[in-house]
Amino acid sequence: MGDSVIVHADNREPVAFTQDELGWLPWINPLPEAELTDRHWAGLVDRSRAKSDYFRLLVRDPEVLEARTKTDKDIFYNTADGLPRAERELAAAATSRYNGCIYCASVHARFATVHSKRRDDVQRLLDEGIGADLGARWNAVVRASVALAATPIAFGQQHIDELRSVGLDDAEIVDVINSAAFFNWANRLMLSLGEPAARSGA
Amino acid sequence: MSTETGDIIDLLAGIEPGSSLSNIRDLRLQARENAQKSYVSLFAPVDFGDFPATERHAVAAFVAGVHNEPAVANFYLTKLAKATNLIEPLKAEIERARTEGPYGAFPAGPLSVEDKKGPIYLVSDSGRRALGTRLAAALEHAHLLVFRPRDAAPAAMQALLDAGWPTTSIVTLSQLVAFLSFQVRSVAGLRTLGASLGRTAAKAS
Repeated sequence: MGDSVIVHADNREPVAFTQDELGWLPWINPLPEAELTDRHWAGLVDRSRAKSDYFRLLVRDPEVLEARTKTDKDIFYNTADGLPRAERELAAAATSRYNGCIYCASVHARFATVHSKRRDDVQRLLDEGIGADLGARWNAVVRASVALAATPIAFGQQHIDELRSVGLDDAEIVDVINSAAFFNWANRLMLSLGEPAARSGA
Repeated sequence: MSTETGDIIDLLAGIEPGSSLSNIRDLRLQARENAQKSYVSLFAPVDFGDFPATERHAVAAFVAGVHNEPAVANFYLTKLAKATNLIEPLKAEIERARTEGPYGAFPAGPLSVEDKKGPIYLVSDSGRRALGTRLAAALEHAHLLVFRPRDAAPAAMQALLDAGWPTTSIVTLSQLVAFLSFQVRSVAGLRTLGASLGRTAAKAS
């Protein structure tokens, strides 16, 4: 069913990076909730995700969605040891800012603010871009994330040296690599399967 | 021999079992195991649908190749043992398609000053004949996602539908390209970190 493109002619896409809550509108058809089988429910991981067009679109390939979701949750929510959550979210927001995913940046900038209480610094990353001066430690996380997001990949020994110089140990550096690498996955799905909307309801 | 049973990121990044970097990866065991499950779900799925293994490996080799990550690209090229006729045309397209990203346009407004121009890749005529319309459309879409994801638009979805990609396969194709974008960066990041550990901590063989 539903092999056609959905055009949202009346949507006004946000034209700037923001920490506000945005919606997201799919360009191809999500599965209707009524058609979800047990295999799809397993792929959604959280049943509440059936309310999201984004996840009901990705659940067309349930096994890939399930594995992606579990990778995502562990990289960001498993805060036993390692990098503070705020800086993992900073890596996600910086990657999204650089790749140009206004929707992803909005979500993870908000999380970075919640966990760091540094709303103004987070906003400067969004407003000024990846060159904003956020202090030595955050600058190192942003620079490493951006270098990893570049194609060809520009991440090198100098980024590891800079992360170490601001106090990160090897496990924390792996958290930076995981968080930034993961958002090169997330950004490309969000950007290519639909568009953000300046209202709630993704 | 099969490499499918081992951790692919470890294999490609040269991480040895029991090494300090392997132990650090285990601190995020669910992430590690599910990165592997993502790979298995994309390349040895319970149901290939109408996106066969050959096309999956060809797209993966292209994505890794245009990232200039030859070890990863070769890993996927060697999976094309049953479609060796695709290997040379794919390598030729990788050479033609390579550039530097990300680039592209933002929605018209204050961010337009950050718009960055770059090539819009189309498969060559000879490549299209060798690879077929469907795979050619997949490579053009992969290039869009890798290098200029912010240029993505509904027209790109229509181009895939027109080339014979149904909605569910478009989702899997998108996941595959996006996953590869993650996998090559995990490998590159961990490989770089691993090399620096090797320099600072002398290890018994």
